[in-house]
Amino acid sequence: MKNYRLKPPQIIISAFLILLIGLSYILHMDLVVLLNESMVKLVMNGVLVLSLIPMLNVGAGMNFGLPVGIIGGLIGMCLAVNYRMTGFYGFFMAILFTLMICTLLGWIYGLILNRVKGREEIAGIFIGFSFIPLMNYFWTLAPFQNREMLYPIGGQGLRPKISLENYFNHILDNYGLISIGNIEIPVGLIAVFAIICLFLYLYFRTKIGRATIAVGENEAFAKLSGINISQTRLIAIIISTIIAGFGICIYAQSYGFIQLYDEPLSMAFPAVSAILIGGSTGKKTFIFEAILGTYLLQSMYLLSVPIANEILVPELTEILRTFITYGIILYALLVRERRGIYS
Amino acid sequence: MRIKEEASRLLDSEYMVPAIFIILSYFAWQFSGLTGSFVFNQVVTRFIRDGILVLSLIIPVVAGMGLNFAITVGAMAIQTALLIVIAYQVEGIKGILLAIIIGVLLSLVLGYVIGRILNRVKGKEMITTIIIGFLFNSIYQLIFLVGFGTFIPVANKEIILTRGIGVRNTVDLGMYRNTIDKLGLFKIGELEIPLFMIIIVLLFAAIIFYILHTRFGQEVKAVGSNMQTSEILGINTDMIRIKVMILSTILAAFGQLAYLQNIGMFDVYTAHMNADIISCAALLAGGASIKKARIRHALMGIFLFHTLFIVSPQAGQNLFNNAALGEYFRSFVAYGTIALALIINIKNENKFS
Repeated sequence: MKNYRLKPPQIIISAFLILLIGLSYILHMDLVVLLNESMVKLVMNGVLVLSLIPMLNVGAGMNFGLPVGIIGGLIGMCLAVNYRMTGFYGFFMAILFTLMICTLLGWIYGLILNRVKGREEIAGIFIGFSFIPLMNYFWTLAPFQNREMLYPIGGQGLRPKISLENYFNHILDNYGLISIGNIEIPVGLIAVFAIICLFLYLYFRTKIGRATIAVGENEAFAKLSGINISQTRLIAIIISTIIAGFGICIYAQSYGFIQLYDEPLSMAFPAVSAILIGGSTGKKTFIFEAILGTYLLQSMYLLSVPIANEILVPELTEILRTFITYGIILYALLVRERRGIYS
Repeated sequence: MRIKEEASRLLDSEYMVPAIFIILSYFAWQFSGLTGSFVFNQVVTRFIRDGILVLSLIIPVVAGMGLNFAITVGAMAIQTALLIVIAYQVEGIKGILLAIIIGVLLSLVLGYVIGRILNRVKGKEMITTIIIGFLFNSIYQLIFLVGFGTFIPVANKEIILTRGIGVRNTVDLGMYRNTIDKLGLFKIGELEIPLFMIIIVLLFAAIIFYILHTRFGQEVKAVGSNMQTSEILGINTDMIRIKVMILSTILAAFGQLAYLQNIGMFDVYTAHMNADIISCAALLAGGASIKKARIRHALMGIFLFHTLFIVSPQAGQNLFNNAALGEYFRSFVAYGTIALALIINIKNENKFS
């Protein structure tokens, strides 16, 4: 933390954010509501962003194969909904199923990534992309029973958007909600987020966690000091996948729907850009950077929606969102290579 | 051990992937129940539609830059040119020529920019081209969905949305539709062969073949096989790589033009979206790898890949009573081919280094 310096993307995003806040003030928008929402949005997307950290720290690059973990989480939730598990019990079981499935998926994913050392990012993109249509078979053919999940008439398979209304919709959002005036603080949600942060923090304090960082910093040196490189990488990738699965569970309970089929396709890029805005350069990353990046990015999105509607071009938000996402990733690729960290 | 070696040699041979595609296509075709002549006509149409786009991938692979996913940028360049021409209502042959000129100039500039960027990320070209493609897509949307009608005045009100800002989702290319497809079309029974367009595609193949055999082509190959050595030999590797990207982008622009004039309708925001994935998968289906690509890989790959692409939805319908499953199979084949090629190639690379 001592060497922390503001980097160009952060300055640009912060300036943009301040501009948006100014604009929304001029347009008389309710800033308190936006503040409340920004906290929910932070956790909703934050866990997915946190899931990138173990893989970044072990030197496996930005995890563009995030859909693998996300799909694990989706299967977990579908199982819980299928057996009509509701409330906290349902959410807990969803998490438990996710844990098991993501461990398996992460293990396979890790074995593949260990074979493409140094080029994990490009391989991850296409592993994720090709895993999605494969899973579309599963969503269509798997024998789920609950009528609320299936296509209402005729069709086969799960519907693309499964409502969590009767299951665990907003289960964490509404837990321990504290109101101070108009400001609502979702204590339960933030507590869960804090627990995951704490887990990651403690993980990097353990022996295996230190080995993870050592492998990420200098693989040859780590090998000489007797660290089992493949195993360390495998563990980090499995942990990344599991947290990604939890991330989508938390996302879905906030959003209110399980989104299946092609929905995970574009989820990796915003998460990666968030961590880059936080100050990561695609190498060793601090938890703080993930939180900061997510908060900046999400508040900016949140503010830009009503403003774009105000100036009559609603598509503008989505375009700006993709522009910023990909612009940041490209910038990070350029900067990282120039410093020759990877050569 | 011998069996294992034999197996891995078989897996690495360039005939492996085409063979898999032939077998898969054959079975999918059997289940689909489509007539041979229908499939043939469709494949020929795809051949003239996507041929040049696939060919535009070859030179970057030879230069050692991997699959160029940024051919979408070339596609967007020609689409921009077409939209400009339509917006200012330049019709007929004059319009098409003007579109080609603007498109080529734009691709030249954009190709140069991409080349400069890729020179800073040596060894990570592929992921960078993917991101560049996505980034330019959002700039493209920004220009046509927000810019047109606000900052950029448009004469032709027909292509603008009713709210006065932004271009419609589909623009009719009626005035240019199938202008050259129908030239030299002749029929053998039920088979239709648009000879002129096939010659055009083969002409582009010949141009690429020629380029690769000139002095410049030799330099490209040298850069592709070893950058340090060619630098020592006095080749300006950075400049070669920039030229390669410019060439690839311009070829992609021509490819997209052939594609659009064949379809005749122009989905402004989606026409270019999957051009990169489908073209790359087609090239790999023909037996190319991310290190080695020849013209025959491209030509064969288009036939193999698109045969599977055409028959699989119908096969899915007949096998599972669900056409969507065939669609998923299509995207799985497209992405999966690329994923597998990447994993095998990188694994071999790591083994030898």
